[in-house]
Amino acid sequence: MIEVRDLRREFTVTTKTGRFRRSRRTVRAVDAVSFDVAAGEAVGYVGRNGAGKSTTIKILTGILVPTSGRVRVSGVDPARSRRELARRIGVVFGQRSQLWWDLPLRDSFDLLRAIYRVPAEDHRRRLAECVELLELADFLDTPVRQLSLGQRMRGEVTAALLHGPELLVLDEPTIGLDLESKERLREFLADLNARRGTTLLLTTHDLDDIERLCPRLLVIDRGAVLADGPLEELRERVAPDRVLVVDLERPAGPLDDLPGVRSVRSELGGLRLHLTFRRAETTAAALIAAVAARADVHDLVLEEPDIDDVVRRLYARR
Amino acid sequence: MGEPVYRRLVGARLRGQTAYRVSFALDCLAQAIAQGVELAVISVLFRQVDALGGFSVSEVVLMYAIASISFGIADMAAGQLNELPDYIRTGKFDVLLLRPLGTLPQIMVSDVRLHRAGKILTGLLALAYALARNDIAWSPWTVLLVVVAPLAGAVIFSSVWVVASAVCFWLVEGQQLTSTVTYGGNAFASYPINIYPGLLRRFMAFVVPGAFVAYYPALALLGRDDPLGGPALLGWVSPLVALAAAGVAGLVWRFAVRHYRGTGS
Repeated sequence: MIEVRDLRREFTVTTKTGRFRRSRRTVRAVDAVSFDVAAGEAVGYVGRNGAGKSTTIKILTGILVPTSGRVRVSGVDPARSRRELARRIGVVFGQRSQLWWDLPLRDSFDLLRAIYRVPAEDHRRRLAECVELLELADFLDTPVRQLSLGQRMRGEVTAALLHGPELLVLDEPTIGLDLESKERLREFLADLNARRGTTLLLTTHDLDDIERLCPRLLVIDRGAVLADGPLEELRERVAPDRVLVVDLERPAGPLDDLPGVRSVRSELGGLRLHLTFRRAETTAAALIAAVAARADVHDLVLEEPDIDDVVRRLYARR
Repeated sequence: MGEPVYRRLVGARLRGQTAYRVSFALDCLAQAIAQGVELAVISVLFRQVDALGGFSVSEVVLMYAIASISFGIADMAAGQLNELPDYIRTGKFDVLLLRPLGTLPQIMVSDVRLHRAGKILTGLLALAYALARNDIAWSPWTVLLVVVAPLAGAVIFSSVWVVASAVCFWLVEGQQLTSTVTYGGNAFASYPINIYPGLLRRFMAFVVPGAFVAYYPALALLGRDDPLGGPALLGWVSPLVALAAAGVAGLVWRFAVRHYRGTGS
């Protein structure tokens, strides 16, 4: 669905150094990025501000032309076949609207139908589906400028899907949304990916989005791909430590000789133990059984490093 | 523009505009006042002088009328390009690039400044006056010229608008420059070109083909020779000039958008 080979993108930055003098400097926003996304995948594209995310997205969607490298999206070259590409993909920018500000949502959808030349029957079907799943019925006739951010985003996502794209690119789709709106949107997108097989590529700063939606994570930093793989695998590689926290009925010694335990931290006078272990060395079930054999367990919690930790450690390793 | 999608976009704009009724009414009123003031200024001006560059008052009004109608139509069609710097700054231009349509027609239909119809209306009134007061040798050809000249002029002005606006892809603050050429072009085309000094005249008459909007067609209608010595044929070539201008505008726009997609400025 997406094929990126050795993608480079440079910008010329002009800075004033004197009253008339300017110095020009070439900045590489994207530097030799390569990756593939297969049809039906859901990929999270993450990185810090200025890492090159937006530039990549703009190149993939045909807004910007790459400096060099090969890009194929949905079978076409975005730089050359911008309009052809537009018919095949849907794009949602969290920060800019593609709806008509002073028209009711419904009218925006009608206009998009005309722009994309969607057959009336397909349009009706897709719109009905979005209206139901995203619960748009209450504000379909409200001018877009009067919608709340959450309502508007649901409208934006619908707008990007009405021409039935095989790939949906979302740039910060959940930015500024409240928890409930975020959750509703994630649920919809997960369903879209699972049931209709629409490929998803999304950038986000909210790592919960990734946790919920994307089995695969693509981390970019300073214009280059830092890591690419399933979230689980990345976690295993850079943050393999899991922690079993056990609350005991009574202190039972350090328990640091249990198989697979790498370190133990004791709290509350030995009543709470933090046992660090690795997935590759033992399973949580085996460890719990081993602990229960030696002590009276009152309660236990298994702590996984969250995705935030994973990404932070990836950055730190550079 | 005959494509139904653009008709629908225009229709949607009209509906959007009437959604703000008070503001629309105020816009119309402001336009009417501005047009009234402009006509008043011209009549005062011509009460002081009998002729301008060797042309009588009614002859100048003919040029003024053709230029006004041309500019009024161009303003409705292309005036929305004044918003281009805003499109670029806020990223709205990126949204246009995400759609399977050309960027130029999308901007042109993104608003319909209906209240600008006032300019066309005053132009038509002035044209009626000028046609009645001047001695025109009516023939099928001159009738055709009266109809075609304002349309060709509208295409010329729109093309100028496109080219001048394209500057904003390089200079985001280029709006002033754009207005100089567009609104300045209207002022230039409204009067006989021989009253302007040489360099300015040559630039505005032939580079910005402002002389072909009203001056040369008016000469042909009046059956007068060009005091600057141009051949009589010039009065009849406006449609060709308009076609060429539109072609150049299309190329410049493509080049400018390519630059934008290449720099992302």
